[in-house]
Amino acid sequence: MDRQQAVRSMTVTMARFTDYISKHLPEDVLGKLRQLRDAEDSPLAKVVYDSMFENLAKAEALDRPSCQDTGVVQYFVKAGAEFPLLSEVRSILTEAVLTATRTAPLRHNAVQIFEEKNTGNNTGERIPWIDWEIVPYDKGITIEVYLAGGGCSLPGQGKTLMPAAGYEGVVQFVFDVMTSYGVNACPPLLVGVGIGGSIEVAANLSKKALFRTIGSRHPDPRAAEMERLMEKGLNEIGLGPQGITGRNSVMGVHLESAARHPSTISVALSVGCWAHRRGTIRINEDMTYEVLSHKGAAL
Amino acid sequence: MNKTLTTPIRDEDLEQLNAGDIVFLDGCLVTCRDVGHRRLIELGMKLPVDLQGLAILHAGPIVTKDGDGWKMISIGPTTSMRMESFEKEFIRQTGVKLIVGKGGMGPETVEGCRTHKAVHAVFPGGCAVLAATEVEAIERVEWLDLGMPEALWVCRVKQFGPLIISIDTKGNNLFETNTARFNEKKGPIVREISSQVRFIK
Repeated sequence: MDRQQAVRSMTVTMARFTDYISKHLPEDVLGKLRQLRDAEDSPLAKVVYDSMFENLAKAEALDRPSCQDTGVVQYFVKAGAEFPLLSEVRSILTEAVLTATRTAPLRHNAVQIFEEKNTGNNTGERIPWIDWEIVPYDKGITIEVYLAGGGCSLPGQGKTLMPAAGYEGVVQFVFDVMTSYGVNACPPLLVGVGIGGSIEVAANLSKKALFRTIGSRHPDPRAAEMERLMEKGLNEIGLGPQGITGRNSVMGVHLESAARHPSTISVALSVGCWAHRRGTIRINEDMTYEVLSHKGAAL
Repeated sequence: MNKTLTTPIRDEDLEQLNAGDIVFLDGCLVTCRDVGHRRLIELGMKLPVDLQGLAILHAGPIVTKDGDGWKMISIGPTTSMRMESFEKEFIRQTGVKLIVGKGGMGPETVEGCRTHKAVHAVFPGGCAVLAATEVEAIERVEWLDLGMPEALWVCRVKQFGPLIISIDTKGNNLFETNTARFNEKKGPIVREISSQVRFIK
């Protein structure tokens, strides 16, 4: 395969994968939703869960985006330092978005700042958004596709606390945001919490926390315990599906951390809605690929 | 038998409804969200659809061209709270009777619903293909200059729902009640967790 063919191959793969993710939830999310559905006993909560599963079945049968808000497409890239198409990744992903917008079809969601016009094709200034991590000596590339609707992007916020506020301040912040903004963000939510020394570090980590497999834990046992405590506490509040009350509130709480400055504790929160449309794909040096998030996915 | 509202909706159709009831809609449903509200209320532009007795949906759908017309692909509700600052005046000016969206709305909308006899209801968020299959036809589109999500899509719907009444005509607000309950529970839970995360020593 020459370079041009490789570019074409990866573009087709990423367009199909982006299209696919708008229509199918990852296995861990589906498993968690089934578990939460079974725990509900109120008639309203049951009606909502029934609608959710009926919707997923229809999205699959009719091959349509399961939620109309297919987000501003974001790619979180872990690029091997020796991946052969590093220079082409941005143009490939932009082309993939243009194609998936037509094929899926995705909703037109890119509104240019100041100009205040929808571009009509889901590309725009710095969009699709690409977040980069470089993996030393790796020849392949692993890409997270994330289609987050506006509803679950609205609660996203962060705050830099003084150390006196401690981790207690982090907990208070998470719970305040969840009880005020979480209700409208299509619960049960996946909650991503980032802790670091400045706001953009915390914000970035809070988003990346949403890409962990549901139920996975932070490697530090104290952080893992904090995840468990917040998950249990949020569930006790009982937002229920769509905020109409119920036995649970969240699909999980994931915490990511980076060492902080002695004078600051920055905390940020991102949430994923129940229709958590993320997918992970690994593309090898020879452009063969494996979908890691959806078993048996045919692109 | 599902309780069904049919457009044009009359005041007496709504007076029996209570927050927490489930209904379905037959008739005319028009999408209207952020800029549609802003244009009418702030910019004083005339709405190109007469909403008297009809229903609006806070939504920005995915549609495709279908011959001379349009086909509804995916249409779920968007966060209603974004329209809170406009909705009371919107209800007064348009005579809309049913507002469908996602999540709760605030005291201004409650006031508008009580004064002008209207209700707010939620369609389960994210269930956009389910909703699209309950749209029989897109009759026309207005303000397409706003782009696909913000345009006013005039839809004919059949058994559109489930719609959970969140604000009724009597001043009840399901989400306000729920939020009060969530906040009440929050304090003790946060204190309990805080006692276990004192990692700065």
